[in-house]
Amino acid sequence: MLKLTQYRNHSEKIELIKSGKISLRKNVEEFLHEIEDKKELNAFNFVFDDVLLQADKVEEKIKKGSAGKLGGMVISIKDVLSIKSRPMTCSSKILKNYEAVYTATAVQKLLDEDAIIIGKTNCDEFAMGSSNENSAFGIVRNPHDTERVPGGSSGGSAVSVAADLCDASLGTDTGGSIRQPAAFCGVYGLKPTYGRVSRYGLTAFASSFDTIGPFAKSIEDIALIMSVISGKDPKDSTSHDIEVPAFTLNVDNVEKYRVGIPKEYLNPSSEGGLDQEIKEAIENQIDLLKENGYEIKEISLPHTEYAIATYYILTTAEASSNLSRYDGAHYGYRSDKANNLFDMYTESRTEGFGKEVKRRIMLGTYVLSAGYYDAYYRKAQKVRRLLKEDFDKAFQQVDIMLTPTTPTVAFKIGEKSADPLQMYLSDIFTTPANLAGIPGINIPVGKNSEGLPIGLQLMANHFEELKLLRFAKKLETIQ
Amino acid sequence: MNEKYEAVIGLEVHAQLLTDTKIFCGCSTKFGSAPNTNVCPVCLGQPGVLPVLNKKVVEYTVLMGLATNCTVNRKSIFARKHYFYPDLPKNYQISQYEEPICEYGHITIDLKDGTKKKIGITRIHMEEDAGKSIHDQDFDTLIDLNRTGTPLMEIVSEPDIRTPEEAYLYLTKLKQILTYLGICDGNMEEGSLRCDANISVRLKGETKFGTKTEVKNMNSFRNVERALAFEIERQIDLLEDGKEIIQQTLLWDADSNVAQPMRSKEEAHDYRYFPDPDLMPVVIEDKMLDEIKKQMPELPDAKKNRFIEKFALPSYDAEILTSSRELADYYEKILTVTSDYKSASNWVMTEVLKVVNEEKIDITDFPVSPENLGKLIELINNKTISGKIAKDVFTEMLKSNRDPETIVKEKNLVQITDSSEIESIVEKILSNNQKQVEEFLSGKEKVLGFLVGQIMRETKGKANPQIVNDILRDKLSSLK
Ligand SMILES: [Zn+2]
Repeated sequence: MLKLTQYRNHSEKIELIKSGKISLRKNVEEFLHEIEDKKELNAFNFVFDDVLLQADKVEEKIKKGSAGKLGGMVISIKDVLSIKSRPMTCSSKILKNYEAVYTATAVQKLLDEDAIIIGKTNCDEFAMGSSNENSAFGIVRNPHDTERVPGGSSGGSAVSVAADLCDASLGTDTGGSIRQPAAFCGVYGLKPTYGRVSRYGLTAFASSFDTIGPFAKSIEDIALIMSVISGKDPKDSTSHDIEVPAFTLNVDNVEKYRVGIPKEYLNPSSEGGLDQEIKEAIENQIDLLKENGYEIKEISLPHTEYAIATYYILTTAEASSNLSRYDGAHYGYRSDKANNLFDMYTESRTEGFGKEVKRRIMLGTYVLSAGYYDAYYRKAQKVRRLLKEDFDKAFQQVDIMLTPTTPTVAFKIGEKSADPLQMYLSDIFTTPANLAGIPGINIPVGKNSEGLPIGLQLMANHFEELKLLRFAKKLETIQ
Repeated sequence: MNEKYEAVIGLEVHAQLLTDTKIFCGCSTKFGSAPNTNVCPVCLGQPGVLPVLNKKVVEYTVLMGLATNCTVNRKSIFARKHYFYPDLPKNYQISQYEEPICEYGHITIDLKDGTKKKIGITRIHMEEDAGKSIHDQDFDTLIDLNRTGTPLMEIVSEPDIRTPEEAYLYLTKLKQILTYLGICDGNMEEGSLRCDANISVRLKGETKFGTKTEVKNMNSFRNVERALAFEIERQIDLLEDGKEIIQQTLLWDADSNVAQPMRSKEEAHDYRYFPDPDLMPVVIEDKMLDEIKKQMPELPDAKKNRFIEKFALPSYDAEILTSSRELADYYEKILTVTSDYKSASNWVMTEVLKVVNEEKIDITDFPVSPENLGKLIELINNKTISGKIAKDVFTEMLKSNRDPETIVKEKNLVQITDSSEIESIVEKILSNNQKQVEEFLSGKEKVLGFLVGQIMRETKGKANPQIVNDILRDKLSSLK
């Protein structure tokens, strides 16, 4: 029977199923077996017990030729996305027994195209974290070195793809939560433009930053999933009414995009700087592009050094508001210690939320408080505009920006958990895209001397995901 | 009220808008459904839901802004207002804070002394209503979230109001405009119109404001007047005693007629407003504004002036007839049948409104159609029936709303205007009442009334009273 490594992307898989070389049921059984086998990775919060049933139905459809675009693709879903009548915990004690009452638009679109949803993946609590160490379901381990973190917050999603526990995953990216774990785990991960994919059903962390995007082992599968989940949703006013391209990757007659290298990213001023091996790997890619006749331009994004501070002020402000609904009154965890309303709120939230979530709620509450709003929130909004303008100007000169995805490779479990500021700096290259609302993708570009994956990040202007994907494909072909 | 002082009052009015669906989801706004049935994931504040603005709410609010002379901001934004309460599932209310949809308006109220006064409107904004907490003895607290997300419009006045009476007039005018626009039913008792007041007092001539208090929970127009009078007196008494006024929120207790301070824990709020990232700015393009303007009905003041000018009505009549759009419509429909404007006005203000008030019905449910009332007026004016008979016909119409002409014919109520017929009746009455005729001739003029009465009785009230009078006088004077 089919081995998981036998197909490189979904269209190959479909061919194998159609030609009878593999059975979808066996394929799913193998995934379930792998999940069981690699339980120590702790990638899943829930594995659905009806997944074989789903597989049988879809297999039938594939044979009849009536299956949708994603027929037979086995996808895991980050546990911050709603699927009706399935648990949704956001890896938090406060929602540990919560079952979703409706299905997120992005997930519904996957289901409409006959994707098989295998389960819900572990993540940092309410998507807050860069290491997947903040989870009520326990830490997730990096399959390349189980003593290391997989990155976060969509750690479980990245691992589920990297460790062959499924074909692809849907994660969320608020400040790097798709790209950073994709880099740490050596898979593709795309953060779409803000407004490209409906957020309806995505448990909000920071509403003006949150995006939903795919993890996969191939650029083709990333493109395929994007072609399904993109588009205006009447249920999300911030989703954009702009034509969704077919996301075809025919790269033969694609123009040679101008590539920009932001100097602030290769020589960061922040503490810790950039890992030497990552720097070399990125420079190798730049050289390769030059050899292939690409125009490489050094550009400047002068406000980069303010990105992390701006990001943490604005996202914690929004988070403090978004998370106020978890109070024990209507659903989710309610403390039994309280005997009045005020205590019910404080006890339920004190017991229900983890440390990092509480830290961010407090930060956010502080920056929105009377007397501090102007100094923090309003000022950060202004800086956000300046950061956006940096990108607007830069994209007048170049089509694509090429940077490292992370300043380091996957770090050791526990290494940064005592120092939130160090932890926050691991998102230094990814947060700017969320601040500006532009798309970014992680491309695996080999491993370091310890065998740990290195990620390259590409960014493009608003709604230019196709440019990113075509360029990534081109880059793959010239390796 | 102590003559040395004056009060400074600003009102915050919340008007529930008459849209079919809620402000940010598709749930029905129907009143009186079983608890927690008009709800969905969005208004329940489930994880991951997003608000989608109901365009009708924007339309209605812009209408109100235009009707109250506001500047309509072409771009406005929603903000989140945070406080924890079980009837607010998200623990924040979506409202507007910086950049509301309407600002800088005013309305004019007519004071008792005949002068007019402008009351400024600081802003009008859109927001969502909260649910209802029901404190039950058998349970701790029950929550009904049907009302959650019902659209509200908040209308904030400038501190231009000086007396409880002015506040009453301002509220009455607001309600009149809201109901004219058909965007709110204006029922304070049922909570579709709610009013909070900010009150301070100062010595007359003083330009600085005194310390203000806020009074809430006044659920009728009269309660607003009473609560304001109470609070003004309370503040003046404190100042007269050399005491300080504490800035606080008070709750009006209509049963005991006092305003009680809220517990301080309940009012210590930092709402932490910030722009709601889930909603795009509300942008009002020229086209939309033009379309909203086209929906604008004639407003109370304009209608009143037109009634005075076009129908030559006294200001008093015009005021009453335009007090509601429906009443004014009723009046104007009468005028499609008769052009006797003043008679129509008299009939509405006396006979019609008497029944409306006694029976506590809406004018729209009034049993006599305005067209039939117009016909009745015409029957009087063309002398088919007398005014007195008309009252009887009207009573009959109240029962059946039948065509007055039919009633008159059926009951044979047509007025007798034939002089020779009346003359013979007069002669008959005079000959049957010799004693009274003698008395009249001896100077007792009062007897005339008795004789007229006899004639009217003989004709079952149908004789034209003017002709009866003329003939009677003629006959009597010929006897002198
Ligand atoms: Zn609803």
